[in-house]
Amino acid sequence: MTDSRDASTQGAKEKAPGEKAQGNDGDITKGATSYVIGLVLAMLMTAASFAVANGWAFVWQPGIGAALIALAVGQIGVHLVFFLHLTTGSDNTNNALALAFGTLVVILIVGGSLWIMHNLDQKMMPTMPTMP
Amino acid sequence: MLGKLSWSSLPLDQPIPLVAGSSILLLGLALVVWVVVKGYVPYLWREWITSVDHKRIGVMYCVLALLMLLRGFVDAIMMRSQQAIAYQSPGYLPPEHFNQIFSAHGTIMIFFGAMPFMIGLMNFVVPLQLGVRDIAFPRLNSIGFWLTASGALLVNASLLIGEFARTGWLPYPPLSELQYSPDVGVDYYLWAIQISGLGTLMTGVNLVTTILKTRAPGMSYLRMPMFCWTALATNLLIVAAFPILTATLAMLTLDRYLGFHFFTNSGGGNMMMFINLIWAWGHPEVYVLVLPAFGVFSEIISTFSSKPLFGYRSMVIATMFICIVSFTVWLHHFFTMGAGADVNGAFGIATSIIAVGTGVKIYNWMFTMYGGRIRYETPMLWSVGFLVTFTIGGMSGVLLAVPPADFALHNSLFLVAHFHNVIIGGVLFGAFAAMTFWFPKAFGFRLDERWGKWAFWLAFIGFYVTFVPLYITGLEGMTRRLQHIEVAAWYPWLLVSAAGIVIMMAGAAAQLIQLIVSIRNREALRDETGDPWNGRSLEWATPSPPPAFNFAVLPDVREQEPYWAIKQRAIEQQDLGPAPTYQPIGMPENSSVGFVTAAFTTVLGFALIWQIWWLVIVGLVAGFVLFVIFTWMDPQEREISAEDVAVADRRRRSAREAWLAQQGEAS
Amino acid sequence: MSEADLFAGREDPYRVGRGGGNAKGATGHGEGGPSPKKTVASYGFWIFLLSDIIMFSAFFATYAVLVIRTAGGPTGAELFEQPRTAAETACLLFSSFTAGMAAVAAKREQVAASEIWLLATGVLGVGFLFLELGEFASLIAQGAGPQRSAFLSAFFALVGCHGLHVFGGLLWLGTMMAQILVKGFRPQIQRRLACFNLFWHALDIVWIAIFTLVYLMGIKH
Repeated sequence: MTDSRDASTQGAKEKAPGEKAQGNDGDITKGATSYVIGLVLAMLMTAASFAVANGWAFVWQPGIGAALIALAVGQIGVHLVFFLHLTTGSDNTNNALALAFGTLVVILIVGGSLWIMHNLDQKMMPTMPTMP
Repeated sequence: MLGKLSWSSLPLDQPIPLVAGSSILLLGLALVVWVVVKGYVPYLWREWITSVDHKRIGVMYCVLALLMLLRGFVDAIMMRSQQAIAYQSPGYLPPEHFNQIFSAHGTIMIFFGAMPFMIGLMNFVVPLQLGVRDIAFPRLNSIGFWLTASGALLVNASLLIGEFARTGWLPYPPLSELQYSPDVGVDYYLWAIQISGLGTLMTGVNLVTTILKTRAPGMSYLRMPMFCWTALATNLLIVAAFPILTATLAMLTLDRYLGFHFFTNSGGGNMMMFINLIWAWGHPEVYVLVLPAFGVFSEIISTFSSKPLFGYRSMVIATMFICIVSFTVWLHHFFTMGAGADVNGAFGIATSIIAVGTGVKIYNWMFTMYGGRIRYETPMLWSVGFLVTFTIGGMSGVLLAVPPADFALHNSLFLVAHFHNVIIGGVLFGAFAAMTFWFPKAFGFRLDERWGKWAFWLAFIGFYVTFVPLYITGLEGMTRRLQHIEVAAWYPWLLVSAAGIVIMMAGAAAQLIQLIVSIRNREALRDETGDPWNGRSLEWATPSPPPAFNFAVLPDVREQEPYWAIKQRAIEQQDLGPAPTYQPIGMPENSSVGFVTAAFTTVLGFALIWQIWWLVIVGLVAGFVLFVIFTWMDPQEREISAEDVAVADRRRRSAREAWLAQQGEAS
Repeated sequence: MSEADLFAGREDPYRVGRGGGNAKGATGHGEGGPSPKKTVASYGFWIFLLSDIIMFSAFFATYAVLVIRTAGGPTGAELFEQPRTAAETACLLFSSFTAGMAAVAAKREQVAASEIWLLATGVLGVGFLFLELGEFASLIAQGAGPQRSAFLSAFFALVGCHGLHVFGGLLWLGTMMAQILVKGFRPQIQRRLACFNLFWHALDIVWIAIFTLVYLMGIKH
């Protein structure tokens, strides 16, 4: 069984999840920058969420739920990019794919459960007004 | 002081569990005493109990599984015999026993029989097929195995101390709530499954990481053997589905222990949410069981047809398709429980669609056989038996997938026959096929072919004689889990079914005899070259059994079926290729962390079941202390010297050179 | 001897032994052989985290189904206190930031800086738990404990599960801080620190979902 190899490099070096790109990392501000940006963005979006929920922001009333979800997704995105350094680059494929698979399963389980349970509820006989 | 534990927890007035439990206990104790007296303890501790070698752990998983399969089979014999006797008579198993038996049967077979066996196979084979030295996290692997063993021990303890659940293998509320199951049976179930479920999750993480991140140089995704692809899909399913089980059982536990109202009758609980969530886990679970078997058959069918697997890429696509779609069909397990036609229809269609993935695989296996030079040795017999049996089972599944049909057949024996059809035809046949196929690699000698064939034919015929009558009684309206029968029309079929189980018992005996005979004749059955079947993937490139480090040098993979290519080149050139320069190899040192963890979880589980609260607190605190101690230890690695590597590899090379010389003379 | 010593200064042309395959870049597509240990460890932990997120999603789904089942008892709108929720959110968000700063310091192997940032993370985590336990105690005192209704059971389980994870994380953090002090930044400790960071950020992500879907959605009704 022969073992000689010409080492080939196809594609960029892969990254561990949470690992920053192998750039010039001697400068501490460069390393800390993404965390600072992430913190600021997250703080803004958190504040916005509270504002929206309390009706202080001028959001159309029935749209508050959607706005909250959008802001939550945004905050999660900020965490993924600025804290976890998860990008869509080719060196991150495995990590992003795993996240996509997990997200798909979450959507199927939560969405499916809500659809099924709501359907069951609708088909139930009307219940007594007071439950023990 | 001892929580709910008392003398009345022992089954002193119930002969069957008393005799069964005491026999197992005495046998176990006798075994332990024999091991100690013969001085095997240091060997066992060093070579097996503290081993972090994926090959050892794989074997231990399979041994545990086979023992538990036996126990589950005994439960099955009891059920069949009860139904064969209890026509207009109470039979010999009172209802409260019968209910425990069918619950234990399902729980043990699935969680402690089929799953550990498949996991053991994947553990043993995947790193070898990927051309690497071990699984990604060896110590985690050991912990995972021992946690599974801990769960198995707890379930078996319920035979002698307390009782087991009476709710079936999935504890539906409100029956499983405290109000209707006040005894510890459901608690045994909950803690045993949670503990072993943790171990299973660890395996999932371990194997996904191994397959995606540690492969031999040059082994791209499309050069992986098919078994590794199905192992990947299986473990992705484990990682994605088992957390749902954990959460759902935790909710039931909170209901029982702390008076929460997730699934209770009162306080706004919603019982259907349990059923919804448990099947959201339960359906991916059945694919966790069967996908490794599919992988096994891909390997065996191509090896014994002397042909590459037909349609490799479509197999990969079909496997990943099954993986994803398995999360969209779970409602078909409760079509009859109140959902509307739209929901039922959607899930029914999805269920029919997922069958397409398996259909693709069946056709690919058949086309692999077509035009090949087929050898009908035992592994191939199991495979052909699978092709026939699983197809029939799949068809009965597609029939059940139609909601109106399911309304007549849900929870009948037709359903029971269907899932046994696919589990036995798929998972069990796959397990025995794999056992026969990879046994020589694990232990260095083949299994006796004659007894292997007997075992197959008895199991194959026995299966049909046992379960076809159940299809019929199911169509005639017989419900599952009946402790006694009142309907005359069903009774003859149940007798036939009981005869079938006797045939299956003979099959099980043949398996045991096969093992004993093979061990006795092991020199005659010795596997000299490490490649007894003329295999195509990398595990056959190692000696049998492989050394701890698997490969002296990691193989260089240039195409699919890498070992076949290596062999063909060697035969063409009548030369093995140059001997490599041997380097020392660092391998992880043994660790007791797995065994110690499991000892703790067993005690903790027992304390939680019997509500011995002081012991629970002690256990948790001690657990944390142990965590600190184990993580404080420096990583233990031992170095295998280049000379030792060279000695092992030279032995392998000389055996191969002899084989090559034989090939040269023959041609 | 440590793993670093094992391979120090030795060429690894055949990529034998563990931790090999890094020489010319392992892409995960197989060309380079097994990935380096740090990648393998972090990826494995990432997969575990995804499984943990799915477990949380089962609790979320249950909460969403049971949120209306208050059995005549109090609803979220009546019970949730916004200032407390805001404070809890601030604690966790800032602790994510300090954990990130600790990671930066750890990469540069600065023991003192790492320990300080990690301590800050721990203090903020303890603050979070203190606020949350206070909330639970107050609810129970009002007769709105988890035994009151299915809604409250689901609430306590979901938020409590997250809190348990935070507690576990703090135990882990404390152990890691001790190990860094005693052993310094060995490769194994760096790997574990990377895993801890993944864990801590993931917990903050789960909290975002909780405070949005449970608290903020709850109060708007």
